Amino acid sequence: MRADALPLLAAAIAAWLAIGALGLVRPLAFAFVSRLLFPLGALVALLVAGIALLATAEPVATLVLPLGLPDLPFHLRLDPLSAFFLALLGAATCAVSLFSTDYFRPSEGTAPGLVAFQYHVFVASMATVLIADDAYLFMVAWEAMALASYFLVITEHRIAAIRDAGFLYLFIAHIGAIAILLTFGVLQGGSGDYTFDGMRAARLQGAWPSLGFLLALVGFGAKAGLLPLHVWLPEAHPAAPSPVSALMSGVMLKTAIYALLRVTFDLLHAVVWWWGVVVLVVGLLTALFGVVFAAAQTDMKRLLAYSSMENIGIIAAGVGLAILFRAHDKTLLAAIALTAVLYHCLNHAMFKTLLFLATGAVLHATRERSLGRLGGLIRRMPWVAWLALVGTLAIAGLPPLNGFVSEWLLLQAFLFTPSLPQSFVNMLVPLAAGALVLAVALAAYVMVKFYGVVFLGRPRDPDLAHAHDAGRYERVALAGLAAACVLLGVLPTFVIGVIDRVNTMLVGAAVIRPGVSSWLLLAPIDAQRASYSPLVMLAVVVAVVVLAIQVVHRLYHGRVRTTGAWNCGSPEPTPRMQDSAEGFGQPIRQVFEPFFRMTRELPSAFDAEPRYRVTIDDPFRYWLYRPIARVMEKLAGYLGLIQHGRISAYLALSFATLIVLLFFVR
Amino acid sequence: MPAVPLYAQLINLLAAVLLLLAFAMLSQRRVLSLIDLFAAQGAALALSTAIVAWATGQRHLYWSAGLTLGLKVLVLPWILRRLIHRLDIEWEFERLINIPTTMLIGIVLVVFAFNLAVPIAELANTVTRSTLGIALACVMLSFLMMITRRKAISQVLGFLAMENGLFFAATSATYGMPMVVELGIALDVLVGVLILGVFFFQIRDRLDSLGFANLERSRDDD
Amino acid sequence: MTATAYLSQVLQVAVALALAPILVGWINQCRAWLQGRRAPPLMLPYRTLRKLFVKDAVIATNASPVFRLAPYVVFGAMCCAAAIVPSLATDLPFARAADAIALVGLFALARVFIALAAMDIGTAFGSMGARREMFVGFLAEPALLMVLFTASLISGSTSLPAIVDALAHRDFGIYPSLAFAGVAFTMVSLAENARIPVDNPATHLELTMIHEAMVLEYSARHLALIEWSAALKLFNYSCIGLALFLPFGIADGSDWRALVGAAPLLIAKLAAGGAALALIETLSAKLRIFRAPEFLGTAFLLAVLGMLVNLLLGS
Repeated sequence: MRADALPLLAAAIAAWLAIGALGLVRPLAFAFVSRLLFPLGALVALLVAGIALLATAEPVATLVLPLGLPDLPFHLRLDPLSAFFLALLGAATCAVSLFSTDYFRPSEGTAPGLVAFQYHVFVASMATVLIADDAYLFMVAWEAMALASYFLVITEHRIAAIRDAGFLYLFIAHIGAIAILLTFGVLQGGSGDYTFDGMRAARLQGAWPSLGFLLALVGFGAKAGLLPLHVWLPEAHPAAPSPVSALMSGVMLKTAIYALLRVTFDLLHAVVWWWGVVVLVVGLLTALFGVVFAAAQTDMKRLLAYSSMENIGIIAAGVGLAILFRAHDKTLLAAIALTAVLYHCLNHAMFKTLLFLATGAVLHATRERSLGRLGGLIRRMPWVAWLALVGTLAIAGLPPLNGFVSEWLLLQAFLFTPSLPQSFVNMLVPLAAGALVLAVALAAYVMVKFYGVVFLGRPRDPDLAHAHDAGRYERVALAGLAAACVLLGVLPTFVIGVIDRVNTMLVGAAVIRPGVSSWLLLAPIDAQRASYSPLVMLAVVVAVVVLAIQVVHRLYHGRVRTTGAWNCGSPEPTPRMQDSAEGFGQPIRQVFEPFFRMTRELPSAFDAEPRYRVTIDDPFRYWLYRPIARVMEKLAGYLGLIQHGRISAYLALSFATLIVLLFFVR
Repeated sequence: MPAVPLYAQLINLLAAVLLLLAFAMLSQRRVLSLIDLFAAQGAALALSTAIVAWATGQRHLYWSAGLTLGLKVLVLPWILRRLIHRLDIEWEFERLINIPTTMLIGIVLVVFAFNLAVPIAELANTVTRSTLGIALACVMLSFLMMITRRKAISQVLGFLAMENGLFFAATSATYGMPMVVELGIALDVLVGVLILGVFFFQIRDRLDSLGFANLERSRDDD
Repeated sequence: MTATAYLSQVLQVAVALALAPILVGWINQCRAWLQGRRAPPLMLPYRTLRKLFVKDAVIATNASPVFRLAPYVVFGAMCCAAAIVPSLATDLPFARAADAIALVGLFALARVFIALAAMDIGTAFGSMGARREMFVGFLAEPALLMVLFTASLISGSTSLPAIVDALAHRDFGIYPSLAFAGVAFTMVSLAENARIPVDNPATHLELTMIHEAMVLEYSARHLALIEWSAALKLFNYSCIGLALFLPFGIADGSDWRALVGAAPLLIAKLAAGGAALALIETLSAKLRIFRAPEFLGTAFLLAVLGMLVNLLLGS
């Protein structure tokens, strides 16, 4: 096991590629693809998760593969940071692959074998991104990841809206890719050495590190969905099939966070404090923007997509804080902030995957993803509903589940920032903490809306009576993810023990120190300052609940009569009297009205068939993207003046260009 | 904070109260409550001046405190209330202010003022120098209040509150100005309010309202 | 951690359970007096609880298990919270497991569960109540957390007993930032406990309800638990307020005699606080629901301001 982790992981990536290739052999054999290939992929993913988890404790391993271009071999490297993210990838992919076994149906757009190919290439390229140790391999894997996910997004390519969403995604992905290429160009510092080792050693001077950092922020921010390059995210996630949305949201967004951490902490050594302020502010704005828009959505997958933005924003805020502390050499605080980041990455990978898969199950059972036609599914689909409840509570940041732990750690990091040298940063911290808490509290609003409208209440559509529960593999996948949410929530010290290996590597401090924290009690600084023990909390709440049930039933009685709902005496409530998704989001729309671009269609009092319609547009598309597009269109128009369609004219232009260039490089 | 003497703690507390009242004024729509808040601000100011006088043994500051008490807690609110009564606008209130947004801008101003005051406060050598930031914030908040209001009388109150902030900066952070200056300012404020009172009647007689929106319209006519 | 510590822990929860309904009764009495009505008996909430426990539970045919579980979860969360907030003593073993942030998390847990239960039956009033409760919560929760943060910046700890220790048992000091926190906290606790000006606990008009609209479908033992939890929530909020702003007299745990002395003091402080609450409720008018964000936004910003002032003056 010792030094073999990296070759094993490389073999696993090759295995994924092979599984994908098998899909191409018999693209239309549905049973073969779904009953054999996806479970095999899940098995490989499980192995990857296990190996990577063990490898976090191993020393750094490197490997040079004689692949790629001549003289430009692939460098691989496995250190705690990549091992941690690989474990995350393995765990989430295992659940998604298992779920996909039941999920993909033969009738949908792309042939099943082709889907399996794209899917496994997608997973393999994400894994390769995580272990790449030179810019060349990194970019190859990064682009393969973008392309594979693009094709997966447009699986149902017969629908025009889905093709549009895919195009937007591909477009932004390429803007990001250009920025990343430039980043590596800056980082190699004129040495021409594109291995990460070379970049690590190159100590850049002057404004170069900051330029590299900003380019990296743009490039990886575009993939992570940070403002203002987020527009693809709420389009692409709902367009993709649910397992793909789950992978994209749960894992692919994290590769961007991984890359950001890799570049800022490992390659650039995080030395400039204002980088942290930039990331912190962008992250918080993204979080608030995402959660406010999530509250206004009426499509369950769009709602989850916006909620992903919120979570990525929180993660980015943590990254910013970690950079800020690291630059001021407060290593312990940096370690706490970084722990919150990595913990939240892991958490988000679990609960967002769970919820996206749950929406997939709902979508299959009902053929409906508009919140306005769902409702009451807890009675039709108890498995999915109860497991989704765990995810809902976790993502709402409620103790003792996992979402709360990372938010707790992040708030602790915020609270103990009293003594930074810049007084303006000190003043910023309370505001930032306030914004963070606001985003978290709004997330609870959003998730109550999501769960309440989908699973509780009365069915808003009579067809929902035929909804069926998830299949066997689907249940196992969902249950595994829900269990992960609970375990990550109640056993934080073990998880942080693993994360500490990354902390030690990146900032040189560990959060769990013997004598301060025990297996039961998490105390990041010391027990006097703050401590948290979710296991005890869970035990006490459960004990009180059980005791209360017992006492009430023993002392009094357990008699229950059932009858129609009372509803204050109003007879016969119809399902349409419940809050619709629009209705539940209305207070938020009203409070944050200036931020939305809203168009409303209100019925008048005399309409025979009154209709209410409200659509909400992203202000960034209107104020930022449309003007840019208009300018580009105009420029293209000018360029069009020289396009006559005559071959000789084009040849003359090319020739002239060649002459001019030759003149300059002479 | 054990190293800080008691009087300084009290002054810090009163500074916080002043800031709190400035925010309360910023978010208050009713004119009458605005006057009450202004009077409370005056009382806090008088108290803090008296404490400074007691702590530093500067006798003239007692006079200054008494003057503040008399003028800002008793006389000015009395004049203003009478004015409101005579003008019959007791139940008027401001309509078009978005309170959360105004408060948010207020917070940004506070951060700005605090940062602005940090280097200045380092020059001073008094124990209570950190209150300078709060005084500055009070001035800015009152300014903001004058900007956001449409009614003449609330703008006058904003102006008076701004003077409160300045006065607090003078007494608490630097332990007072010369007596002559204080007397002069006090007299100026009193005269200013009296003149404004006369103006109110004039404006109302001409335009039948005290909103500044009307003034904007009448500019072209006259 | 001695036996006394565990004893005070258990005692504190027991006292909370016992006193919470009386506190509600006391506030109702004060309100009646202030409004010139004849006061209901102090023990009326107890009688109501007993009556509710004895009755048969009636629930809607389409109620899911979430609906039946929610009252117990809410009750459990509130008991848990009562164990964290130092009302009698600061030597609380359980408070090590959950600090101020976890306390806010517990309140949020209770809120989410009761909102989900309200949406479960699928009635118009239920979902309206749930929406409004979450709406009030999304601003009140950050404001409460900011208030607690102000206190923890002063004491350098997020553990509530440590905060009380720092505020009450160290050198006497005046903390200006607590003035802001105090105003913000008062506003938050009015909103969170369904009090005027945000909600009206005595209303009978469905369209103006928040808390009551959510629990309309509950009856008998479920309703009893919810009522008791609401009383406990009020009690917890009162104790948080006392712990932050009047922390004197809370036993620091080494001695059981201090514990005995702390109890009457707590009752006296609660009685005064309850009377003040009744006074505020009598003096203010209920806000339109869309003025509520203004009210709570003000509270939130004041709490943030408290932290800023603390940074400026505390350094």
